[in-house]
Amino acid sequence: MSNLVIVEHDNNEVHAATLHAVTAAQQIGGDIDLLVAGENCGAVAEAAAKIAGVSTVKVADDARFGHHLAENLASLIVEQASGYSHILASATTFGKNVMPRAAALLDVAQISDITDVVSADTFVRPIYAGNALATVQSADATKVITVRTIKFEPAAAEGGSASVEQVSGGADSGLSSWVSQAVSDSDQVDLASAKIVVSGGRGMQSGDNFAMLHAVADKLGAAVGASRAAVDSGFVPNELQVGQTGKVIAPDLYIAVGISGAIQHLAGMKESKVIVAINNDSEAPIFQVADYGLVADLFEAVPELDAAL
Amino acid sequence: MKVLVCVKRVLDPQVKARVKADGSGVDLANAKMTMNPFCENALEEALRLREAGIAEEVIVVSVGGGKTEETLRHGLAMGADRGIQVVTEDSLEPLAIAKVLKQVAEQEGAGLVICGKQAIDDDSNQTTQMLSALLGWSQATFASEIKIEGEQATVTREVDAGLETIQVKMPAVMSADLRLNEPRYVKLPDVMKAKRKPMDKIELDSLGLDTANRLTTLKVEEPEGRAAGVIVNSVGELVDKLRNEAKVI
Repeated sequence: MSNLVIVEHDNNEVHAATLHAVTAAQQIGGDIDLLVAGENCGAVAEAAAKIAGVSTVKVADDARFGHHLAENLASLIVEQASGYSHILASATTFGKNVMPRAAALLDVAQISDITDVVSADTFVRPIYAGNALATVQSADATKVITVRTIKFEPAAAEGGSASVEQVSGGADSGLSSWVSQAVSDSDQVDLASAKIVVSGGRGMQSGDNFAMLHAVADKLGAAVGASRAAVDSGFVPNELQVGQTGKVIAPDLYIAVGISGAIQHLAGMKESKVIVAINNDSEAPIFQVADYGLVADLFEAVPELDAAL
Repeated sequence: MKVLVCVKRVLDPQVKARVKADGSGVDLANAKMTMNPFCENALEEALRLREAGIAEEVIVVSVGGGKTEETLRHGLAMGADRGIQVVTEDSLEPLAIAKVLKQVAEQEGAGLVICGKQAIDDDSNQTTQMLSALLGWSQATFASEIKIEGEQATVTREVDAGLETIQVKMPAVMSADLRLNEPRYVKLPDVMKAKRKPMDKIELDSLGLDTANRLTTLKVEEPEGRAAGVIVNSVGELVDKLRNEAKVI
């Protein structure tokens, strides 16, 4: 067996999500190679070579890979696929965008969002917003997989000494081009990897009221998240959405404020170690998954919490 | 331009999925079914493109047996011009669905295909990307804004870091995210009108495609539930529990 893990990065740093995909590859077994495709991404290749357990880092450094456009990156993955039994990436918007395209070009199925490796051909993945877990066995010679990061510990970022090999290929399709990216405030704690998350829902009533949650989050060193309702209402930007179709997170502590707890939201946070719910509706479904529930008006409870910390 | 919108019939998103006792799957017998929410966003966008004079015809297509036609009729009631049901009782995987849709898109001479970004039943998030690959067209997933100008489209995508804007050449395959639009409500006269709109039925077998499943589902089970929690009476008690019992702050 041999694994190729597609590295997610911003041409400067390896994205932490990739370390979790490497762990899934370790559980599958066999050699692990990494593919770094980017533009002026030498620093990423160097860092990737230090990840524990990696044999070879393949680097495709070219302007056409600079923004990870799906058409160009998928064609590179397909060209590099030969000889690998498993091709993996994290189930982030990066992996979700490019991996199915590569799978189709290879004429194989993709196994999305795996949460457990049963054997080299059998995996567990959540379906129906995590309300059921399917164990699936793949008959394809090449298994294309995306990995749900919260279910795999990160591989050690240091300690490895992989060889670095330049590769070419992956023709420029000319089909798409990158225009711009609106990135979130880099001062904020990263939602995907935060130990504590304070999330707000429709009950927050406005974007301005999220300042209360930011105040609590600052004291706890926490990230701020949101339910779909809060994002749809324009209170906060989309990258804060926690849920079935947003980010799936599992912090040590998740504080849900003014969130009713729709199935779709629970799918994104119910694996958190400790869940706190603050809601004035004692019937809200969020209380069914909460370890500690406080039935209270959030506009009184949150400032009180802020003061108590 | 013809716009092809691919829709899927799924368990109503408000209904909690129940796993069958024998572990063979999720129990859908007598369950409330509906059009996948993301597919409604995809269709809404296509209808707006037609209303803006960019699209001439909006075709809804779905692959399935049983009551798939009901879901397509809902699409016609929303405003699609006609429907295509590719009939099969088998449950096809995204790769097979993409092969079917490729054939339909080519037969129809579609200039744009829009799908929902993921179906809320199997949560695969694959079909759009696979269809785009098989057609060799440009790909724009997780769209929250689509602007089409002649041979180019500018698409804003919801990504983990925020919003990314790309430009793609037409024809293209796009997937709709929830913020793309607010799907319209269907009124009763629209439902009546939808009954008379054209609906083609194509037998899957007649397409001559390899649609065999590559994955075998060995079992489906319920996840472990969380232990029951407690209701605290004050913020003070909450902070005390978090500090001294859970030890997370």
